[in-house]
Amino acid sequence: VTQLLAGRDLALGAEALAEHVRRLGPLPVAGPSFIEVLERSGLKGRGGAAYPAGIKWRSVAAQSNGAAVVIVNGAEGEPRSFKDRLLMTTRPHLILDGAFLAAKAVRAKQVVLYIGEDHRAAQDSMARALAERTNEERKLVRTAAAPARYVAGASSAAVHLVDAGIATPTTTPPSAHQRGVDGAPTLVQNVETLAQVALIARTGSPTGTHLVTVAGGVLRPGVLEIQSQTTIAEAVELAGGPSESPEAVLLGGYFGTWIRAANAWGLPVDDDALRARGLSLGCGVIGVLPGSRCVVCEVAGIMRYLASESSAQCGPCFFGLRALADACTRIAERDTDHLDLQRLQRWSAEVSGRGACHHPDGAVMFLQSALTTFPDEFAGHRAHMRRSA
Amino acid sequence: MRLVVDRIKCDGHGQCAELLPELIRLDDWGYPIVAQAEIPDHLVPLARRAVSGCPLLALALQRRAG
Repeated sequence: VTQLLAGRDLALGAEALAEHVRRLGPLPVAGPSFIEVLERSGLKGRGGAAYPAGIKWRSVAAQSNGAAVVIVNGAEGEPRSFKDRLLMTTRPHLILDGAFLAAKAVRAKQVVLYIGEDHRAAQDSMARALAERTNEERKLVRTAAAPARYVAGASSAAVHLVDAGIATPTTTPPSAHQRGVDGAPTLVQNVETLAQVALIARTGSPTGTHLVTVAGGVLRPGVLEIQSQTTIAEAVELAGGPSESPEAVLLGGYFGTWIRAANAWGLPVDDDALRARGLSLGCGVIGVLPGSRCVVCEVAGIMRYLASESSAQCGPCFFGLRALADACTRIAERDTDHLDLQRLQRWSAEVSGRGACHHPDGAVMFLQSALTTFPDEFAGHRAHMRRSA
Repeated sequence: MRLVVDRIKCDGHGQCAELLPELIRLDDWGYPIVAQAEIPDHLVPLARRAVSGCPLLALALQRRAG
């Protein structure tokens, strides 16, 4: 069984086409029938939502008429995540293989490489890899820089950027796979998902591994490729172990879930198993919060970030997230009138579901997870050391 | 039928809540919170009036799918 990051030492940089083909064989010829293989594989999207890839491909293919568009999503706007960048800079041909397979399967007329504007090494690597591909493949491709904003990775924002140069989400429905770039059905797929597709085309099944970023209070923060039976404790050990006694884990990035360290350690890093427990691997970030950090300050800092990342299109998100962040900050700074906890609950319920995209929903779920996991800290907010969040 | 708000178009003018307080209230920032339930028959004419009264055409009536 191969892995996404198998092959040459990652420190050597991007794998060239010749080496990629020598290691894995040429890209198998595939067409629309590949969608059945993809469905059987059970592959789910690796961008955060874990949506079954086969369903999306089938929907786009059914409406394509040769006019569909494939967006290769390498925006990676999640602040602590680095796995998409690592994949783009080290295994670009896996991603391109997946993209061209997708283009064949949904009969697309165009492939757009949508890469974060700050991810220069990833852009260079993907451009060099593209230059090694056939004329026929190169003609399909254009590139677009994703602005360094949290919402830029959302499907509708990616479509909006390609169409109009503005990476703000749009009202759904219609979703991108119904009506995307130029009104054509558009397949927006994360780069790790497409890399998995390249291996599924050769072996029939996904690798059984996930790319995760272990961040925060560990000795060697960074990206790991781990088997799905791996526990969070083992992933943290692979990242050098905790740098100090850990308090909690934020699983799945800023739209993720807080778990007390003692409860987190035994959890498997496997999206299906996590979902059975009401959790999710999300974008694959395992954030370790050291015991010396104040959880309330940390939560307030992330809420301020998420509020500032609202695209300011929908009132409940723009004003609501700001109000929620301000209330969290007042609690963190002990400048609260004791009604703030009630306000957090009421505003959370009111803001959720009232944006064009899921940004407010994600922020509220993050906050609710914090309030549920750390009730005493929020209620008392006692004896904490102030650190910059 | 039910009421739906285009959240991007809506600028919080608040007319809808004045015209149809039975189904629409405003949040702390003046944006409508709309009852998700099926609109009772006797309120449908008032709902239509609220829809046509929105200065940004952000409010609409939608037939439930299925």
